[in-house]
Amino acid sequence: MTDFVNNRAGGAQVGRNVTKIDAFKLARGEPVYTDDVHPAGMLWAKVLGSPHAHARILDVDASRALALPGVVDVAWHRQVKPILHTRAGQSHPEPSPYDTVIMPDKARHMGDRVAIVVAETLAIAEQALGLIDVKYEVLPALTDMDEALARTDVLVHEVADPRGIAEGGRSNVAARIDKQVGDVSAALKTCDHVVERTYWLPRVQASHIEPHVAISWLDEDGRLVVRTSTQVPFHLRRILARILELKEADIRVVKPRVGGGFGDKQEMVMEDIVALMTLRTKRPVRLEFTRTEELTSARCRHPQRIVMTTGVMNDGTIIANRMNVTADTGAYGSHALTVQGNTGQKVLPMYPCANIHFQVTCLYTNNPISGAFRGYGAPQGCFALESHIDEVAKVLGMDRLELRKKNHIRLGDTDPLSAKLGEGREGLSRVIRSTGLETAIEMGCDAIGWTRKRPPSAPHLRRGLGMALAMQGSGIAGVDWGAATVKLNEDGSVNLAVGATDIGQGSDTVLAQMCAQELGISYEKVRVLSSDTDLTPFDVGAYASSTTYVSGGAVVKAAQQMRDQLAGVFAEKWACPAGDVVFGDDNVSCGPDKAMTMAELATHALYAAKMQPAATASHMSNESPPPFAAQFADVEVDPETGEVFLRRFVSAVDCGTPIHPGMAEGQIEGAVSQAIGYALFEEVIVDRAGKVKNPNFLDYKIASALDMPEMVTILVPTMEPSGPYGVKAAGEVPIDGPAPAIVNAICDAVGARLCRIPATPERVWRQIKEAGE
Amino acid sequence: MKIVVKLNGRNREWEAAPGATLLSVLRDGPQEPRMTSVKRGCETGDCGACTVLLDGQPVNSCVVAAARAHGHAVTTIEGLAGDPLMTALQAALVEHAAVQCGYCSPGMLVSLYHLLKECRAAGTTPGDHAIREALSGNLCRCTGYVKPVAAATAVAATLAAVGRAEAGAR
Ligand code: FES
Ligand code: FES
Repeated sequence: MTDFVNNRAGGAQVGRNVTKIDAFKLARGEPVYTDDVHPAGMLWAKVLGSPHAHARILDVDASRALALPGVVDVAWHRQVKPILHTRAGQSHPEPSPYDTVIMPDKARHMGDRVAIVVAETLAIAEQALGLIDVKYEVLPALTDMDEALARTDVLVHEVADPRGIAEGGRSNVAARIDKQVGDVSAALKTCDHVVERTYWLPRVQASHIEPHVAISWLDEDGRLVVRTSTQVPFHLRRILARILELKEADIRVVKPRVGGGFGDKQEMVMEDIVALMTLRTKRPVRLEFTRTEELTSARCRHPQRIVMTTGVMNDGTIIANRMNVTADTGAYGSHALTVQGNTGQKVLPMYPCANIHFQVTCLYTNNPISGAFRGYGAPQGCFALESHIDEVAKVLGMDRLELRKKNHIRLGDTDPLSAKLGEGREGLSRVIRSTGLETAIEMGCDAIGWTRKRPPSAPHLRRGLGMALAMQGSGIAGVDWGAATVKLNEDGSVNLAVGATDIGQGSDTVLAQMCAQELGISYEKVRVLSSDTDLTPFDVGAYASSTTYVSGGAVVKAAQQMRDQLAGVFAEKWACPAGDVVFGDDNVSCGPDKAMTMAELATHALYAAKMQPAATASHMSNESPPPFAAQFADVEVDPETGEVFLRRFVSAVDCGTPIHPGMAEGQIEGAVSQAIGYALFEEVIVDRAGKVKNPNFLDYKIASALDMPEMVTILVPTMEPSGPYGVKAAGEVPIDGPAPAIVNAICDAVGARLCRIPATPERVWRQIKEAGE
Repeated sequence: MKIVVKLNGRNREWEAAPGATLLSVLRDGPQEPRMTSVKRGCETGDCGACTVLLDGQPVNSCVVAAARAHGHAVTTIEGLAGDPLMTALQAALVEHAAVQCGYCSPGMLVSLYHLLKECRAAGTTPGDHAIREALSGNLCRCTGYVKPVAAATAVAATLAAVGRAEAGAR
C-alpha cells in the first residue's frame, strides 16, 4: 500500500481555490467542445431507432433513402460484422456481459439501432430515415422485471455468451450475486426485533446538458481519429480496435471539453457508429443525440426493488442485515453486475455487523438500457438502508439519530463485504483509516437545527426533519489506475500529460495544483494536456470518483521523480548534496547563497547539462477509502395536496483534505441537485409496450434554479493516509443521502413512509391517506 | 431562403432552409464563423443552453424560426466580448467556481446579462429570487445553481455600489 508522505516543496498550491484553468474559455463560448469544430467534408449521421421494444429485424431496404440526393451511405446489420462486446467503459476484462454487437439483428428496446444514415446535411439525414423500409417480426416485449424473471419462453438475449451473461440462453437473468458474511437467517432468530420493508427505485437519467456527441475522421496517415464527449478514451480505443478489427495503433481517441458526463459517458454510446461510417465512407462523420434519444437510448440509473431485513436488539444493536435487490438492466447488460454489486458493497458497510447477506437478481427486459450514473448503484442502496434505519428506530421506539450513532462504522473498522465483492471478482478488504463521520453528523445536526425544529411557515403546512448517512469509495481498489508524464521547459513551465479525463469536474485544474505543489512552482506554470490516446499516458478514465485520488497519485509521483532529477542537476552545478536542495516559490536553492529560479535551472538542464527533466509515473491504490456524508433535509408538506417544499438542505461531507475546496463544494452541490430530482420529481416513465412517455425536458423535469432549497455545504477535512495530500473522493458520495433524508423528513412531517420515489404530490397524498386509515 | 440579420452588430446574409431554427443557422453552419457559444441541449425550448438576445430580449434560439430573425438584431456571447457588464459576469462566474462543465454557462450569462441590464436601467438590485427567476430557464446539471447565483449576487452588489457612487457624485 502506498502512503503519501508530506512533500518537501514550499508554497501552497493545493488546498486553495485557484482559478479553474479552462473556465474562462468555457464562459466565453469558445470552440472547445466536440461539436464546436467540424472537419471539412463532414457528413451528418442519424440513427434509425426501432419503433418496437422487441422485434427481429428481418430486412432493411434502403434503396429509397440512398436515392435521396445528399445521402451518402446507409448501414444495417447484414453489412456489419457481428462481434460480441460490451459498450461499458470498464477495465479489461470487463465484468459486463458481451451481449452487444454494433448493429443488432434484433431490436431489444424502443430506439435500438436498426440502421445508420449519413448525409451531406442533418436535414437530409433526418429526411432519409423516413425512406428506409424495414421488415420486423414483432416479439412479445418484456417490460416488467418479474415477468422477465418468470418467463423463459421469451428471451431478450437468446445466445449463451461465454463472456459473462449469468444465464445466457436459459433465462433473462443478466447477473446474480449472493454473498454472505456470517449467517443472517440464523442470527435473525436470535434478535428482539426483525424489521422487513420493501423499497422501489425509479429509472432516472443523467441528463448532462451536452448530449452524447462524437465526430470521427481519417487523418493524413489513414488512421482513425475519434473526437468525442467521453469519460473513457482509453477503454474506447481498446473496444473500437476489437470490434472494428483495427490495431490500437491506428486509432486515436481525443476528448475535448465535455459538457457533463455523470457516468452516462462511461459507455460507448455512439463512437462505434461514427467510426464505422467513417471507415465505410472515408469521410468525417458526426453524430449527436437529441434529448429524446438521450432519454430513450442513452443510459439510465438501474430501477430496483430492494427488500431490507434487519435484525436488531432492544438496545438498538444491529445483529443482522439482509439486502435483496431485484434490478432492471434493460435491453443490454452494461454495468449490470457491478452497479448492483455497489448497491450493497458501498452501502451495507455503514452499519457493520457480524451477519450480512447481499443478494442480487439483475434482469434483462425490453426497457431502455441501464448503466452507470453517478453513485453507481449506491443511491438505490442508500435510499433503502437509510429509509429502513428510520423504520427500525420507529419499531424500537428509539431516536433515529441515536440508532445511527450507536451502529455506524468507525475508524479502524473493517468492511468484510468489500473482500467478498470486488469489481465482479474477489475484492480487497477495507479498513477505515480516516473518517470524519462523527464530526459531519455533529456539524450537520447543528446546521439543520436537529434539536430545535422550526415551526411550519403557514398553519396548513407540516414541518419535518430527516437525515441520512452515506459512504462511497475512492476509485476501485486494485483495479483503477492512471499515469502521468511531466516535462520541464526552459522558461520553468511544465507540461503535464495525463490520461485522466476532465468532464467538467475540474480534474485538469486539481492535477495542475498537485503537480505545482510538488515542484514548488505556481499552478499557472503547468500546462495540462489530458485524454488524448496518442499523446498522454494511460488512465482508466473518469469514473468511480477516482480521478483526484488515483490519477492525482500518479501526478504526484511523476512530479517527485522529476524534482529528484532537478535536485541532481542543481547539486552537480553547485556542488552541494542533492538531498539538501529545496524547491519553492518558483525557486530552487541550497542554503542562502546557492539559488536559481526554476527557469534558470531548466535552461541550465537543457542547454548545459543537456538533459530533459521529465518523468512518467503510474499509480494504483489497493485501497478505496470511503468518503463519508451526513445529510439533512428540512421540509414542509401540505397534507391536503401532498406537495413537498424542501426548505433547507445540509451536506456535511468528509472527502479527505480537498485540493480545491470550492470545486469540492461544487461537486456536492451538483450531486445534491441531481438527488433532489431523484427524491421528488425525476422518473423516466416507460409504458407496458416499452415506450418512454416523457422523453424531453418538459416532461422529464430536472431541477431548475427555482427548485433548489437553501443549501448548506460543509467540508469536514480528514487526512487520508493513502491519498495524496490526504485526499479522498468527492464526486459521488453526496448523491446518495439526499433522497432518503428528504423522504425521512416527509415521514417526520406527516407520518407517512414513502417506500417509493420520486415522492410526487400524488404519492405523498396517497400515503398520508393510507397512514391515516 | 435569404435572411438578413444584424449579428453581433454586423449585417449578415444567411442562406437558410425553410423551417430552419435560429439555433441551427447560428451553430451548425455552413456559414462561418459558427457561433459556438450557442449550445444545443434539447431543441424544445426547455434548457436555455441556446439562449441569445433577439433585439435585446433573451430567447431560446432553438424554438425561434431563423426567418423570424430577418431584419432583427441577434446578439451572442461572442458579440459581447469586451462589454464591461458581460466581462464582469464572466469573471464572477469563473472566480466563484460556478463554471463546471461550462456547457450551460453562455446561456446563463446571456440571461444574467439581460437581468442586470434591466435592473440597472430601472435602478434596482435583483435579490436571490429575481436571480433565480432569471436563471430558471437555464438548466444546469453540474452546480446546483449555488455558485452561479452567488456570482450573480456579487455582480449585482457591485453594480448597486457603483450606482450609488455615481448618484453621490452627481
Ligand atoms: S436547446 Fe434551446 S432551450 Fe434547449
Ligand atoms: S456547469 Fe455543467 S451544466 Fe452547468
